[in-house]
Amino acid sequence: MQHMVKAIVLGLVVLAAAIATNFARDLAYQVHAVIILLLAGYLFIREVGKIGNKPVPVETGYMDGVVRAGVIATVFWGITGFLVGVWIAFELAFPALNLSEWTGPYLNFGRLRPLHTSAVIFAFGGNALIATSFYVVQRTNATRLFGGNLAWFVFWGYQLFIVLAATGYVLGQTQSKEYAEPEWYIDLWLTVVWVSYLVVFMGTLYKRKEPHIYVANWFYLSFILTIAMLHIVNNMAIPVSLFGSKSVALFSGVQDAMTQWWYGHNAVGFFLTSGFLGMMYYFIPKQAGRPVYSYKLSIVHFWALIFLYIWAGPHHLHYTALPDWAQTLGMVMSIILWMPSWGGMINGLMTLSGAWDKLRTDPVLRILVISVAFYGMSTFEGPMMSIKAVNSLSHFTDWTIGHVHSGALGWNGMITFGAIYFLVPKLWNRTGLYSMKLVNYHFWLATIGIVLYASSMWVSGIMEGLMWREVDSQGFLVNAFSDTVVAKYSLLVIRGVGGLFFLTGSLIMAYNVRMTIKGVGDATPKPAASTVPAE
Amino acid sequence: MYTILRELADSWFMLIMFLMFIGIVIFAFRPGTKKAYDHLRNLPLRDDDVLVEDNSGEK
Repeated sequence: MQHMVKAIVLGLVVLAAAIATNFARDLAYQVHAVIILLLAGYLFIREVGKIGNKPVPVETGYMDGVVRAGVIATVFWGITGFLVGVWIAFELAFPALNLSEWTGPYLNFGRLRPLHTSAVIFAFGGNALIATSFYVVQRTNATRLFGGNLAWFVFWGYQLFIVLAATGYVLGQTQSKEYAEPEWYIDLWLTVVWVSYLVVFMGTLYKRKEPHIYVANWFYLSFILTIAMLHIVNNMAIPVSLFGSKSVALFSGVQDAMTQWWYGHNAVGFFLTSGFLGMMYYFIPKQAGRPVYSYKLSIVHFWALIFLYIWAGPHHLHYTALPDWAQTLGMVMSIILWMPSWGGMINGLMTLSGAWDKLRTDPVLRILVISVAFYGMSTFEGPMMSIKAVNSLSHFTDWTIGHVHSGALGWNGMITFGAIYFLVPKLWNRTGLYSMKLVNYHFWLATIGIVLYASSMWVSGIMEGLMWREVDSQGFLVNAFSDTVVAKYSLLVIRGVGGLFFLTGSLIMAYNVRMTIKGVGDATPKPAASTVPAE
Repeated sequence: MYTILRELADSWFMLIMFLMFIGIVIFAFRPGTKKAYDHLRNLPLRDDDVLVEDNSGEK
C-alpha cells in the first residue's frame, strides 16, 4: 500500500516535470526539469517493482549507513569544490583560462565562483555537518535516528539540491544574492529537505536515553533551526512564471541589502561556526581521550554566540545607504563577539591539558587542534575588519578573501578532515587508518597551503586598499583600477599555488580514506564485537 | 516592518534580552550542578561502537 502511494506521487512528479520541460522559458529551468523527470522516472519504476513486497523488518542499533554515505559525499564534494577554487584562482591570474573562446560564458569566473562557494560551503560543509550531526546525536543520546528512512531522504534530497544549484550556476541561473544564489524552486526544495532534517534531529533528541542533552547537540540544533529561518526569510520572492527561473525579491533597496547580509553573516555564524563547533565539542574530546575542559564555559559560549551573532550582519554594509546607527550596531556587536569566540577556542584547546604530548604522535589530533587555532585567528581578524576605519581600507580588497579562506580552509576544512579521519575507521569497522604518514603529509600540505593563501592575500589586499585611496597634491586619484590588477599579479599566482597545496592534501586524504575502507595496511577489519553489531 | 523593529529596539526589548542572557549564565553557574556536568562532560568518551537496544525503558 505504501509503495502504491509512493508510486502514484512519483508518477505525478514525472508528469509535472514533463509539462515543465515542454513549457520551460529558459535553459537552466529546462535542464532541471529533465533532471527531475529522469530521477522521478527511475524512482517510479523502482517503487512499482516493490509493490506487493513484504514489509522489511525494522532495523535496530545505530543508523550508520547514512553517515557512511555522508562521509563519502563530503570527500567527493570537497575535492570538487577545491578543484573549482584552484581553477578560478588561476583564472584571475591568467584570464585566458576563462576559455571564453571555446566554451562561451559557461566556464567564466562569474559563473564558476558561485559554483566554488556553494560546493565548498553547502556541499562539502553541509554534508560534513549532516553526517557528523547524525553520528553525534546517536552516540551522545544512546539511541537510533528518529524517522527511519527520513534520514536517507535528507541525504539524497540534499544531494539533489546541490546538483540543481551547481548546474543552474553554470547555465547562468542566479538570484544575485551572495551564498543564496539558487532560484525559487530550488529554495522551496531545500526548505522541504531542511524541515525533514530538523524532524530527524529533534525526534532523535526527543527519544534520547540520556537525562541531559550534550552540548554538541545544542550547537547542531541551533545551526539547523537558524539556517531554516535565515533561508526562508532571505529567499522570499515571487516567481515571474511557474515555468521559468526568474523571480523577484519581496524586499527592495536597503531593506533587501540588510536582509541579505543578515542572512549572509548568520550563515557564517550558524552554518560555518555553530555547526562546526558541534563537531569540535565532540571530536576533540574523543580524539584526545579527555572530557571537554569546562562544561560551564561551553554553556556560556553557546548562549553568548546565540545572543550576539544575529546582530553582526550590518558590518558588511559599512558606508552604504544603511542608517549609521545600524552600521555602528553591527560593528559593536561584531567586536563583542570576540569574547565568546575566544572563550570557545580556549575551551577547545584546553581540552588537551594533560594530553598535549599526544600532539607529537597523533597527526589526526594535530589537524583538529590547528583547526581550533585557525578558528581563534579568523575570529580575531573578523571583528577587527568590522571596525569602520579598518573596513574603509579592507572592503572590496583581497584581504576579505584571505580572511574568509583562513576561516574556511583553516577552521571548517581542518576540523572536517579531522572528523573524517576519526569516523572512517569507526564506520567501516577497521582497527585504524590505512596510513598515518599520509595524514601527516595532508596536515603539512594543507597548513602550508593556507599560510601561502592568507599571507599573499593580506599583502595584496592592503596594497589594493592603499592604491585605491592614494591621491596626489591636487586631490586626484593616482591609480586606475587596472594598475592594482597589474600590481597584484604575482600575489594571485602565489594564492593559486597555496590552493593547489590544499587540493593535493585533500586528494591524499581521499586515497587514504579509500584504502581504509578497502581494509588495506593498518586498516584490517576488526573482529566482530561480542554484542549485536550496530547494523 | 521597519516600524515594528524600531519599536522593539526603542522599547525594553533589548534590556529583556540582556537580562535573559545574564539569567542563563547565573543558571549555568548555580550550585549543585557538578554531578550533572561531570556526567555530561564524560558522555562522548564512553565506548560507542555498538548500540545495545533497551526498549524496556522507552522514553
